[in-house]
Amino acid sequence: MGSIRDRLGNAPAGPDRYLWGATAGICLADLLDGTTLGGRAPELAGRSVLVAVRDQFAAALALIELDGFANRLIVCTPDVPSEHLPSVLANAGVDAIVSDHGRSDKGLGVSIQVLCNGAISPSKEIPVACCGTEWVLLTSGTTGAPKMVAHSFATLTAPIGSVLAQGADVVWGTFYDIRRYGGLQILLRAVLGRGSFVLSGTGEPVGDYLVRLGAHGATHVSGTPSHWRRALMSPNARAIAPRYIRLSGEIADQGILNALRSFYPQASIGHAFASTEAGVGFEVNDGLEGFPASMVGASGDVQISVDDGSLRIRSVRRAVRYIGEEHSTLTDREGFVDTGDMVERRGDRYYFLGRRSGLINVGGLKVHPEEVEAAINRHPAVRMSMVRSKHNPITGSLVAADVVLNGEPGAGHATADFEREILQICHERLAPYKIPATIRFVPALEMAAGGKLARRASGDCDEPARVA
Amino acid sequence: MSIKVTVISEIRQIAADHKKRLPPLTDDLILLDSGLDSLAIAILVARLEETLGIDPFTASDDVAYPVTLGDFIKFYEHAATPHGVDSRQAG
Repeated sequence: MGSIRDRLGNAPAGPDRYLWGATAGICLADLLDGTTLGGRAPELAGRSVLVAVRDQFAAALALIELDGFANRLIVCTPDVPSEHLPSVLANAGVDAIVSDHGRSDKGLGVSIQVLCNGAISPSKEIPVACCGTEWVLLTSGTTGAPKMVAHSFATLTAPIGSVLAQGADVVWGTFYDIRRYGGLQILLRAVLGRGSFVLSGTGEPVGDYLVRLGAHGATHVSGTPSHWRRALMSPNARAIAPRYIRLSGEIADQGILNALRSFYPQASIGHAFASTEAGVGFEVNDGLEGFPASMVGASGDVQISVDDGSLRIRSVRRAVRYIGEEHSTLTDREGFVDTGDMVERRGDRYYFLGRRSGLINVGGLKVHPEEVEAAINRHPAVRMSMVRSKHNPITGSLVAADVVLNGEPGAGHATADFEREILQICHERLAPYKIPATIRFVPALEMAAGGKLARRASGDCDEPARVA
Repeated sequence: MSIKVTVISEIRQIAADHKKRLPPLTDDLILLDSGLDSLAIAILVARLEETLGIDPFTASDDVAYPVTLGDFIKFYEHAATPHGVDSRQAG
């Protein structure tokens, strides 16, 4: 077991391989005797390092350089609200920050701050990896504060299999951010394999990224179903001709699978089930939504069970533990991760229904209904509210809210006024994808035993599950 | 109200809600260049489902995704025809 750099150094000889960002690119071999951290990696040896770099290309270089040096790498997604940073730093014991901009972190109490802007300079000495780095990924938590999920290099790379079996001409691309589990998987596949990788830029329009992917001859491209729907709505969708298309991060429905097969007839198309906690569960390559029932209960590296409708996965790919939530356990006593993804068997296949917790997946971004309800309930006329998922063909789901008012709307104050005021509160407090797309005023909400809102398991509460 | 008028009116409303400036809404406008991001287009589809009662994206498993505003409007007009919604009214 070696660091990413060690593996790059030991890679079999072949054509030059590259990492391309939106505005810069680098030959991977140049990473071996260069530094993007001003030669300060040894200073970060053994430390708990938060990588909070806005630009994906610079972040990728920093992560590659620090693997094997940092005791712990906390991979900060660009959307972590700054008010949650102090708890991330405290819980993960962060004692160094790598970033690409002058952060206003003076109050955070981290003395070592290293600038990383994506440029590579020659390294005076070639440092030798000293430890097995723990990788900490952030995922959304119920209150809006991120949950920290720890992986080892072994658990992160377990799904990759034999990378040497990859062709040397593979060029990866992903619409994902590499700071999320799905995107990090592609970075690792590219860097530890034999190919190159084209990263998307921050805020880069999808059409521009498609053109760059095409210009670099991308052969393997991944994204969520929502990413792919957006790509197909771009006039530049024909700029790429991938051999392999991968979907993950959301339910892949038959519509997007068919649309991709018809648009890219030369490509093999697979959809994967993965989560930050459970790791890559399985890949489905038969072009159909859902997954074969024969996978449940089968022996192998990844074991799948369905308990009370919820998908459970046991494998060596799962995360090691949560950080900062010592009371939360990742697995049950048998070692299974309960994914909370509800499935239903119809014939010889299982189909995804949505999340048990009511978690809403808007184009790959997760929304906890409780956070949105808390914002809605700030309106003095609101007695209670329930936020649910509404099926949407563009982003998979949208946020919808059912609201119970205190009494009837008074004279001169119509529900339209309440709707506008509630949305105003949401706009002030929530990211755009969390703001309800529709608000429905209802006389009452169903309560479950114990006085909690009766959240339905389906990801699509207002329509019956579609029969394939 | 014709489908075209409904679609354009909803687009203007969503752009106003999101404080987005719109270019001239011509048939050859690329939807992704309209200033509406995919979240806004998702909201547009949800609102049109409420006002028109149709969601042509979900009506079939074989969908060609519209690229221009003209494609998008035709997509809805085509889907509306069997349901008896008259898309030929002046507008």
